[in-house]
Amino acid sequence: MISRREFLQVAVATSALTAGSGYGAWSRLAAQQALTEAQILDFKAYGNVTLVHLTDIHAQLKPVYFREPSVNVGIGGVAGKPPHITGSDFLDYYRLKPGSPEAYALSSQDFIALAKTYGRMGGIDRIATVLKSIRAERGDNMLFLDGGDTWQGSYTANKTKGQSVIDVMNSLKPDAMTGHWEFTYGAARVKEAVDALPYPFLGGNIFDTEWEEPAFDSTAYFERGGVKIAVIGQAFPYTPIANPRWMFPNWSFGIREEVVRKNVETARAKGAQLIVLLSHNGFDVDRKLVSRVEGIDVVLTGHTHDAIPEPLKIGNTLLIATGSSGKFLSRLDLDIQGGAVKGFRYRLIPIFSDVISSDGETAALVDKARAPHRSELERVVGHTDSLLYRRGNFNGTFDDLICDAMLAERDAEIALSPGFRWGTSLLPGQPITIEDIFTHTALTYPATYRLPMTGKRLKDILEDVSDNLFNPDPYYQQGGDMVRVGGLGYTIEINKPAGSRISNMTYLKTGKPIDPEREYIVAGWASVNENTEGPPIWDVVESYIAARKTVNVSPNDSVKVVG
Amino acid sequence: MKEITRRQALSIGGSILAAAAIGVRPVFAANDSQDIIDKFTSGKTAKEGRITLELPQIAENGNTVPISFSIESPMTKADYVKRVVLVADANPRGGVATFNFTPASGVAEASTRMRLAQTQNVIAVAEMSDGSFYMAKRQVKVTIGGCGG
Repeated sequence: MISRREFLQVAVATSALTAGSGYGAWSRLAAQQALTEAQILDFKAYGNVTLVHLTDIHAQLKPVYFREPSVNVGIGGVAGKPPHITGSDFLDYYRLKPGSPEAYALSSQDFIALAKTYGRMGGIDRIATVLKSIRAERGDNMLFLDGGDTWQGSYTANKTKGQSVIDVMNSLKPDAMTGHWEFTYGAARVKEAVDALPYPFLGGNIFDTEWEEPAFDSTAYFERGGVKIAVIGQAFPYTPIANPRWMFPNWSFGIREEVVRKNVETARAKGAQLIVLLSHNGFDVDRKLVSRVEGIDVVLTGHTHDAIPEPLKIGNTLLIATGSSGKFLSRLDLDIQGGAVKGFRYRLIPIFSDVISSDGETAALVDKARAPHRSELERVVGHTDSLLYRRGNFNGTFDDLICDAMLAERDAEIALSPGFRWGTSLLPGQPITIEDIFTHTALTYPATYRLPMTGKRLKDILEDVSDNLFNPDPYYQQGGDMVRVGGLGYTIEINKPAGSRISNMTYLKTGKPIDPEREYIVAGWASVNENTEGPPIWDVVESYIAARKTVNVSPNDSVKVVG
Repeated sequence: MKEITRRQALSIGGSILAAAAIGVRPVFAANDSQDIIDKFTSGKTAKEGRITLELPQIAENGNTVPISFSIESPMTKADYVKRVVLVADANPRGGVATFNFTPASGVAEASTRMRLAQTQNVIAVAEMSDGSFYMAKRQVKVTIGGCGG
């Protein structure tokens, strides 16, 4: 057993620095004072194979602020285990110093102050710098793998059906990818884009609904450093449930444990000495999967956006979690001898945008992709006085803003907003641009519906969605975080069985209990049903912010969490 | 701002409407899956094992849920699977399908599709040629709202 100390390499030397020293140039100075590009790139090469993993960038090509969740509840056997540790508990667990660059990158602690100190993270041009440095060192021994949720999540991606991101990613030469939100561009567009990719798009768990035949390649084979490597792709299993099935009606997904097992056996039979699952299952599903399917050496996890600074070892399998939004790149060096992993060295590389230099070629491609949309991207709609963020199991402040916008602009009594994990953060005082609004809303089914629902129906929805998140069996967890609500308060007891978690539903306008028989006017967006009508959510949010100029979102205490 | 009609509006949120509309009946009509199983086994106890049920954990489309089963058996004249019944314990009616096998079948496997009105258990019971019974049960979730991501 390798000790945690041995492979916990995120800790870099930091000089004394007080938090909250200001904006702009200060942030650059502070970040550089604390760490250097050389420190971030420093990695003693090890073994014969290097895997580099990027996932869930959600089309964020420029550096961003992204607050990690302060609430990420684990249920059943995973309670209190990574990634279900947040805030100061996270820092304690991984022995990270409060106020350090790692604490900023990996937790929600002191986010505003540390964001001002250490600046934005990510940026595909910075990622390119790191990638090129690793490639220069390890080119013939290296695979670069993209875990998906790459083509969706920004204004330019939305306007170009993913092409703006594809063009930039292609220049970085991934060896394979899998997907999830990619499918929401519709089957025809996905086929067109996948056919044009110079690398395989893998999805061993995608079958055609008619004949149950594989719809995508499951496995790609590579030889690196004299090692035959099989990369098996696993797309998000619940894409047709969590997203509109009518957009890709002939594709069926699912976890399909048996199929994964067969693909692993096939790969071994074909002589693969290293088997990698490039997965968009989500962390808890992958953890369960590898406890039941033998023979996978490494799972590059995705979907749940967890950034975990060390691999989790389940049996003989290493689970890697690379975070989201371009904040991190994972490098895993492996020593493969006789078809087995003899040792490894890992680093979750934090992409501090003020420290890592920009790769000019990639930056030029990003600029080119943005140029036609620049005036819209940069158009300021208003300002925020509050920290705006989304990520977390329950309401985030950006979702509260979206719910407020729907209540006001659609004249509704109650608002429902999906619990997506994508969407970056804005600091108090920052302008809100059209680009920022799209970063939280850029999907292909944006209609903001308005309709009556009975109190009973609202409870059914909350119960159903909460079971998708808090079912004790990860295989039954279908979606994102909990649906966000506006105008409605409730209590949730997460450890209760399905159908009995939600109580004390309150109509906030009157403070009265929700009446199961009464119909309430509900506004919401991102319905998975075809022919949903209403204005696109980004217009609703824009007109709400524009009318107020400055928004201030007070802390939301209308959801009580028990358990 | 364009108002949506009630009909269009009701179609939000995945299969909310379908689930709600069908969901009314089972409350009043008791599901007969236990009766079907009791008749099939003539009241004998079915043991767990030998049956592999392949079902999605969560249905992509409750109206057409794929189901496959396979049963460990040599399928010889001396020892074979005679019949398999599939039931769903919260549909308006429990019966899904009955399959008959003979040693000439070679294997005791089959696939079909079924409609599931709501989250429920799907149960397969097999009758062996020696008069013993085996069963397997799996829950399939039929969700009403998609909010994934």
